[in-house]
Amino acid sequence: MRDIYYFGTCLVDLFYPQAGMAGIQLLERFGARVHYPQEQSCCGQPPFNSGFRDEAQNVAIQQLALFDQPFDLVVPSGSCAGMIKHHWPELLKGTDHEARAIELAARTYELGEYLIDHLNVTLEDQGEPTTVVVHTSCSARREMGVAEQGKALLGMLKNVTVEVPKYETECCGFGGTFSVKQPEISAAMAEDKTTHLAAAGADRFVCGDSGCLMNLSGTLEKRGIQLDSSHLYDFIWERVQ
Amino acid sequence: MNTAVNFTDAAKTALKNPTLRSNFRQAMDSLRERRAAQFPDQDELERARDLAGAIRRRSLNHLAENLVQLESQCQKNGIQVHWAETPAQANEIILEICQRHDAKHVIKGKSMVSEECHLNDYLAKHDIEALESDLGEYIVQIDGETPSHIIMPAIHKNKKEIAELFAEKIPGVEYTEDVDTLTAIARKVLRSKFETAAVGISGVNFAVAETGTLCLVENEGNGRMTTTVPPVHIAITGIEKVVPSLSDVAPLYSVLTRSATGQHATTYFNMISSPRREGERDGPQEVHLVLLDNGRSKIYQDERMQDTLKCIRCGACMNHCPVYTRIGGHAYGTVYPGPIGQILNPQQYGIDQQGEMLSACSLNGACGEACPVRIPIPSLISELRHEATRNDQAGTVYGQGALRKLHEALVWGSWKWIHRTPWAYKAMGLAATRLRRLVPSAAMGPWTKTRVKPALAEKTLHELMKERNS
Repeated sequence: MRDIYYFGTCLVDLFYPQAGMAGIQLLERFGARVHYPQEQSCCGQPPFNSGFRDEAQNVAIQQLALFDQPFDLVVPSGSCAGMIKHHWPELLKGTDHEARAIELAARTYELGEYLIDHLNVTLEDQGEPTTVVVHTSCSARREMGVAEQGKALLGMLKNVTVEVPKYETECCGFGGTFSVKQPEISAAMAEDKTTHLAAAGADRFVCGDSGCLMNLSGTLEKRGIQLDSSHLYDFIWERVQ
Repeated sequence: MNTAVNFTDAAKTALKNPTLRSNFRQAMDSLRERRAAQFPDQDELERARDLAGAIRRRSLNHLAENLVQLESQCQKNGIQVHWAETPAQANEIILEICQRHDAKHVIKGKSMVSEECHLNDYLAKHDIEALESDLGEYIVQIDGETPSHIIMPAIHKNKKEIAELFAEKIPGVEYTEDVDTLTAIARKVLRSKFETAAVGISGVNFAVAETGTLCLVENEGNGRMTTTVPPVHIAITGIEKVVPSLSDVAPLYSVLTRSATGQHATTYFNMISSPRREGERDGPQEVHLVLLDNGRSKIYQDERMQDTLKCIRCGACMNHCPVYTRIGGHAYGTVYPGPIGQILNPQQYGIDQQGEMLSACSLNGACGEACPVRIPIPSLISELRHEATRNDQAGTVYGQGALRKLHEALVWGSWKWIHRTPWAYKAMGLAATRLRRLVPSAAMGPWTKTRVKPALAEKTLHELMKERNS
């Protein structure tokens, strides 16, 4: 049995704990022993992206120490995985922690990526026929390069038809603090994205990154568009029960 | 140079203009599709970007030597070389040449560096009319506007708006939406000006150090007319445009045209190596090259930010930017809009002057993915946000710390304490989930104006995992 670390992320912790739990259960079903350090909090992306690097660095150093065994680190978010994998080494450059950050980066994976590329999972769909429209976060797509893995997991579910919206690769307008600092631009992007999601004619919208999901499900509901939303890993876990 | 209009206000206004939004969306969609069609093979695209990026990196690594060689080779070819540290100096140099030739009007090919100098306004103040000969530049000029895109200056206007503009501004022109007729009208106006202009002013895409050659990429033939018909040609460019050798040009040209307009090659590619030589029947008697710094050498000194200078001005970053696509180029209020503008303007003019636009990026990475010379634009925006908010005065960018706000510093200070203190973090999670029904929508600020408040869970994942393991 392989040991792995799980970094749940702060958004999953507060808003989508069931999806976080679904990720853990998926990993366990496919042969992993999951370690969840209770002292974990946040990858530091919000202050980092806002320019407050000292604050992000301070928390990154404390979090880095929690994952000192040579286990793979799995994160149910392309965005937070990208922060740990690509920005912690940059953030900790020139400090005593740089080497450890680089070492951790090399064993950090997004959950879907890990299930497909490292655990070689096969999923047995137990659900009724349905159609989903999927949005992949820009961090999963461009920073982590794992856009296909999320869709590959859905593709294994034999009763699930997968659709993608028009302008599939375009940002949903979340961007963390961007959505607070430039709310009008962010809202215009979210409006367009939700219009395209709705136009796909699916039964459900799924997304593997909490930030985008929160942005888009909140916009769909505010606009009165009847399209249920699920976190990708919540959806997958339910399908395989 | 400060921006006359506040960026955020200008962006908000632009978002409310459906014609503008539709003009940009359609134009950017078409440009993206045309670029994609030029790069059907992803591996080939990545190799082309590797090569072009490496050439630009090597050019910058030896920038000083390249510039010295460029100057001596140009001089050997009979091109007069001028150095300008500031736009004011560049303007003075150009004015002096124009006055020496008693120029009453000059004709211009497209040049973003001349936009940096506000050259047309400066010449007008000295009673010299500068007429833009690139069709897009001509359109924005007669409407008293500035370019909204670095490759397609009038991309914010649709056919109908241009038809109305021509009927209003050009004497004797009747309203027509026929594109060929509109083009013919502009062509007729410009032709007569080419014949009488004493000076032609153009930009430069690549300046080759080894041979002293100025390369100019264009589609309309106006660049060739500007640089060959008037008796004097003045080329103006930034000091970063120099490449070491002639063999560097083809790979850069190839990614430039494919990334910019989705063309395998442009209609014209001009290589200017000297004034008219003895026995030659055409070409200018004098060729001048004005090399402008305007903050570039300052950018060059900072290793992290130096990549900004790799840019070959293709505009692909703006074509792929979801923010630019929605607000257009004028909202930025600067010479260079879009992602490249977001990293260039604050460095050239200071974060205190032009830093506000740094917040208008979701760090989605589309610009970095499209950049043909692999400028890590999102990382540089992130770096500049750090420069904008740091309070240690240890940065290198003009106006560092200018956007640090006390309330934001307090938020991140508290954030740091909570997220590095496990009991505090857990207490916060507990409080947030238990009191979830009491959190008012207003607590989320502008977020809930266009979104329903996200639902806090009943229990955090920390709690669920603790219960499970106990």
